[in-house]
Amino acid sequence: MSDKVLLDYGSGGRASQRLISELFLKYLGNDELDRLNDAAVLSLSGKIAMSTDSFTVDPIFFPGGDIGSLAVHGTVNDVAMMGAVPRYITCGYIIEEGLPMADLERIVRSMGEAAEHAGVKVVTGDTKVVPRGACDKIFINTTGIGEVIADPTPSGDAARKGDAVLVSGTIGDHGLTVLGTREGLDFEAKVQSDSAALNHLLVKLVRELPEVHVLRDPTRGGLATTLNEITKSSNVCCELTETSIPVRPEVKGGCSILGLDPLYLANEGKFLCVLPAEHADKALEIMRADPLGRDACRIGTMTDANPGKVVLVTQLGGKRLLGMLEGEQLPRIC
Amino acid sequence: MSFELLEKFRDPDLCRKILDKMESELDRELRFMEVCGTHTVAIFQSGLRSLLPEKIVHLSGPGCPVCVTHESEVNAFLDLAGRGNVILATFGDLMRVPGDKGRNLKKAVADGARVKVVYSPFDTLKLAKENPGDLVVFIGVGFETTAPTIAATMKMARDQGIANLRILCFHKTVPTALDALLADEAINIDGFILPGHVSAIIGVKPYEFIAENYAKSAVVTGFEPLDILQSLNQMIEWRNQGEAHVANNYTRIVGENGNPKALEIMYEVFEPTDALWRGLGLIPGSGLEIRAEWESFDAKKEFGIEIKDGPSLPGCKCGDILKGIKQPDQCPLFGKACTPANPVGPCMVSTEGSCAAYYKYKLD
Repeated sequence: MSDKVLLDYGSGGRASQRLISELFLKYLGNDELDRLNDAAVLSLSGKIAMSTDSFTVDPIFFPGGDIGSLAVHGTVNDVAMMGAVPRYITCGYIIEEGLPMADLERIVRSMGEAAEHAGVKVVTGDTKVVPRGACDKIFINTTGIGEVIADPTPSGDAARKGDAVLVSGTIGDHGLTVLGTREGLDFEAKVQSDSAALNHLLVKLVRELPEVHVLRDPTRGGLATTLNEITKSSNVCCELTETSIPVRPEVKGGCSILGLDPLYLANEGKFLCVLPAEHADKALEIMRADPLGRDACRIGTMTDANPGKVVLVTQLGGKRLLGMLEGEQLPRIC
Repeated sequence: MSFELLEKFRDPDLCRKILDKMESELDRELRFMEVCGTHTVAIFQSGLRSLLPEKIVHLSGPGCPVCVTHESEVNAFLDLAGRGNVILATFGDLMRVPGDKGRNLKKAVADGARVKVVYSPFDTLKLAKENPGDLVVFIGVGFETTAPTIAATMKMARDQGIANLRILCFHKTVPTALDALLADEAINIDGFILPGHVSAIIGVKPYEFIAENYAKSAVVTGFEPLDILQSLNQMIEWRNQGEAHVANNYTRIVGENGNPKALEIMYEVFEPTDALWRGLGLIPGSGLEIRAEWESFDAKKEFGIEIKDGPSLPGCKCGDILKGIKQPDQCPLFGKACTPANPVGPCMVSTEGSCAAYYKYKLD
């Protein structure tokens, strides 16, 4: 194959075949994908959860991950948040002409490893190559499907007054890492993305604690925006305790330099769990027993004080609103 | 400064003690203005706003660089966006600032304008080198905090022979604006929380007129809750003793004489000029302009830009809010026609603006 992706590779002809067999099947292959049929035939039973997401991250490689593993983790996590066991994913690639073949190989290999670790099979996919400038290096769409095991299914509108709000670990790591890498900012202390597949931990959680009301991954918009979505859907108030929200000192430091708020930064390996307060300790025990949840903690409680709003109780004991992010966070002048 | 040390300035017990003391010593309403937008945000973010005694009226002054940028200055940089050979470089705050006809830089980018958000003015040197056929125009908005860095960038550009960098200079200086506020009899302020960042450059002396000429107190203040509470407490004590002083409560960052090196470089490149402030109008000597010997960097000259006063945005009370005459939620547009998603005035658009802070943080 050429050392760069050429338009030929998206032609559907021999070049495409070579790309598929020498690259995609090499890293993503399995019994179903290897058949190269027009569609995958799957065995699934019961309630099905399905989710799709497109990944356009810049840069495509960042400390702690890359667009390939991120595409798998993002979709696997979305399916798992419904109390489902993710089983299959699909991958659609839009590749910019000229992308180094070594970069593509690195991305596809990373996807293969991420899928294997998450225990999902890539069962069908698509590749398009577009002229230089028509997209930014590579865009990946992944769709995931899984079997729902939670009963009832966790849902954003199921939070109730008195519920405990838990987070599975430190927040803001991914958002700050991507921003810092994109802008070439050299933070004194290194930060890295938390990108990870959370499905094994989540499956354990919903199996042992069917009382879970809400599971959500606070990706774009961060913890604050996700909690706002939940409080609006459930018509409850989330009272958060600022001092109990885990943020790495290096993330705090980077944010303070750039004038950003870690509560609004994206996360790719964390989840929020809302459940009746009497089960909070058990949930934390389950989460902390897993390396991906070892920093889990309780950060707040659902109340009926200000329905639809998130209220932050600060370190000083003062209260303020924690609203939704409006557009993107922009660094300030001074 | 380490986070461990900073934590000491957030000690809840100490804060509570000062709050109780303030409460017991206040016998009437006192109006304090924090000049700097970062203080406005810090007061809300820390939750202090909900803990301060009711007799303290907290006003947000003209210390948010975006808020005081005049309408015609905004329109001037929006006019440049999209011009054939221009790449605009700016701090992120300005991307959503509304100009006339519903324009802003975000929309200009969507229409094809080349606009680059930079984290430091020094980033413009690289941008200019990478685009030799274009003019990189940096929007120089801000106070004494940012002006020295921009001056240093211009010096580096000259040293490196970079000829395609221009500065659209809208810099303003803080003490002159405070003088104008205090001279206005309609404005009722008992004391100022003075900006930490600006003071790190200019020091404390430029504020001494506040006590000497107007018998009001002012304290240079850091951004942690204890910094703010100590300054307020000090001013209450002085008030009760019938005294007025200007003091530096942020000695860990601000020296009495500021940063002489930064001031030297700033005045090597810039000189004082009259400036239009949004809501405050023309304040003599309150702006900075590029000196004649540096005019090859001057975007105003390059593009023949003139800044003129004109009618304010209809209904927008940002001017009264910047003067401490009105609180954000006393503006008829607040939270209705004017929200962060659809800002009418700059106080709502800037992350440091008082309207945005009220909208974002105020619980009731």
